[in-house]
Amino acid sequence: MALKGNLRDFSITQLLNLINLAKKSGALYIEGPSDIAQVFFRDGKLTYAQIGQQETSLLQLLLEANKISQTQFNLLTVRTNNLSDKEAGLLFVNSGYVNQSETFKVIEDYLSGIMRSLFTWLDGYFHFEQNELPPAEKIPVRLPLENLIVEGARKIQELDELRAEIPSLEMALKFVDRPGIDINHLNLSPEEWRVISYVNPKNSMQQIAQTTKLDDLQIRKVVYALLQAGLVEIIRPGGVPVALNGKVIPQMNHKEQKSLVDRLIGRIRSI
Amino acid sequence: MQTQTVKIVVTGPFNSGKTELIRSVSEIDVVSTEKKITSDIEKIKESTTVAMDFGRITVDDDLILFLFGTPGQKRFDFMWEILSEGMLGFIVMVDSTRPETFKEARNILETFHASAPTPYIVAANKQDMADAWDVEDIRLALRLDPAIKILPCIARKKSTVKTVLLELLYAILDEVEGKTEN
Repeated sequence: MALKGNLRDFSITQLLNLINLAKKSGALYIEGPSDIAQVFFRDGKLTYAQIGQQETSLLQLLLEANKISQTQFNLLTVRTNNLSDKEAGLLFVNSGYVNQSETFKVIEDYLSGIMRSLFTWLDGYFHFEQNELPPAEKIPVRLPLENLIVEGARKIQELDELRAEIPSLEMALKFVDRPGIDINHLNLSPEEWRVISYVNPKNSMQQIAQTTKLDDLQIRKVVYALLQAGLVEIIRPGGVPVALNGKVIPQMNHKEQKSLVDRLIGRIRSI
Repeated sequence: MQTQTVKIVVTGPFNSGKTELIRSVSEIDVVSTEKKITSDIEKIKESTTVAMDFGRITVDDDLILFLFGTPGQKRFDFMWEILSEGMLGFIVMVDSTRPETFKEARNILETFHASAPTPYIVAANKQDMADAWDVEDIRLALRLDPAIKILPCIARKKSTVKTVLLELLYAILDEVEGKTEN
C-alpha cells in the first residue's frame, strides 16, 4: 500500500521513525524544494542516501575525512578510474591505505550528514518504494536510525509545531513497555537524561519541567525527542486510565453490564 | 419497562467518514445538521457536520444504541466533551489517504481519551483507495499502543462497519470483565 504524502504533514523525523519501527526495506524518494533525495533502507536501517544526481566517490570521502593524503588521492584517482566504490574499497583495504571499519565509519558519517541536511526540508512530496535496492556499485552500510531520529527531532525549533505535537503539559509520561529501538545505541543529551529520571505516570510534564528548570519549549523539545525515539508515551496523570468507577456504565452492576454488552454484540452481528 | 439508551461516539478529523459510517448501519436516516462549507480549506466535500450526526440501532424492546458523530473541525471541539459524556466507548475515524490529518486524529484521540477513559478503537477508513496508507503504518504514525485495535474500514460498506462496531464492543466487554486497562 501507498506510503506517500508531503513533508508539510509528515516530517522526515516521523518518516524515519515509522521506517525504523516497521523495519522497512526499500527506497524513500523526496522531491524537495530544489533537489530530489533518494534514501535506501534495509530492515529499518539506513543503507545509502543521495541528494540530487551528484555522487561522492569513496575516494573523495576518504580525502575529506583525512584518511588519505592529497598525494595518495591523486595517485589513487588514476588507479580507481574505472572501479566502483565496492571495488575501490577492496583495493584501499587490501593495499593498507585504510582498514574496513574506518571505511565504513567514513561512509556512515557521510550518510549521517546527508540525513542531517534532509531534516531542514520542511516541504516536499515523498513516496516509499518497498524493497527497492540501493545502487549495486555502492558499499551498503547498516546505519541504525535511532540517533538520527533523536537528532532530527532536536532540530525542530518551532514552539508552535511542538505545541501541536504535545498540546498539554498536564499529561504525564511513562516508558513504553516494549521500546521500538535498541537503547544501547541511543545517545541522550544531559537534558534528556534529567527528564528521563522523572518519567513516572504520577508526574505531569509541567511538574517535570518545573523540577528540571526547563521552560515550555525546552520540555516540549525533550519530550518530543523521547517520543520520536519510541522511549516514552503520553498518558493521563496518575497512571493507566481506568473506566469511571471501574464500570462501563456506573449505574449498573458487573453482571448487568456484561449482559447489556452481550445484547449489543448480538444485535450488531445480526445487522 | 423504561427503554434504556446507550451511546457510542464516532469521532475523527474533518472528512474522515464519520457520517458515512453511521449512515451505513443506522436504522433511521441519519439526523445530521449539515450546512454548505464556506471555508476554502474545507471545500473537500460539499457539506459537513456542524453539530452532530445521530444514528440509531434498536437492540430490543428496552435497549437502544445511539451513534453520535462529532463535528470534525477544531472550532467545534467544545462539543466533544458534551458528546463524550456517558458514552460506552468511541471510534476514531482516520482517512487513510490523507496523512496530513493523522496528527489531528491523534490529538482528537488523546483529547477524547483524556476526558472520557472508555475503550476505543481506530478505524482506518478509505482502505479501498489506491492512495491509502497501510493500516500498520497508520498505527505507527498515530503512535498507537499495541493494545489498541486499528481496523481497515470502508465506511460505506456495512460489513466493515459491523466489524468495527463489534471490535469496539469486544473491547468494552473486555473492560467490563476486567481484562484490559485502556
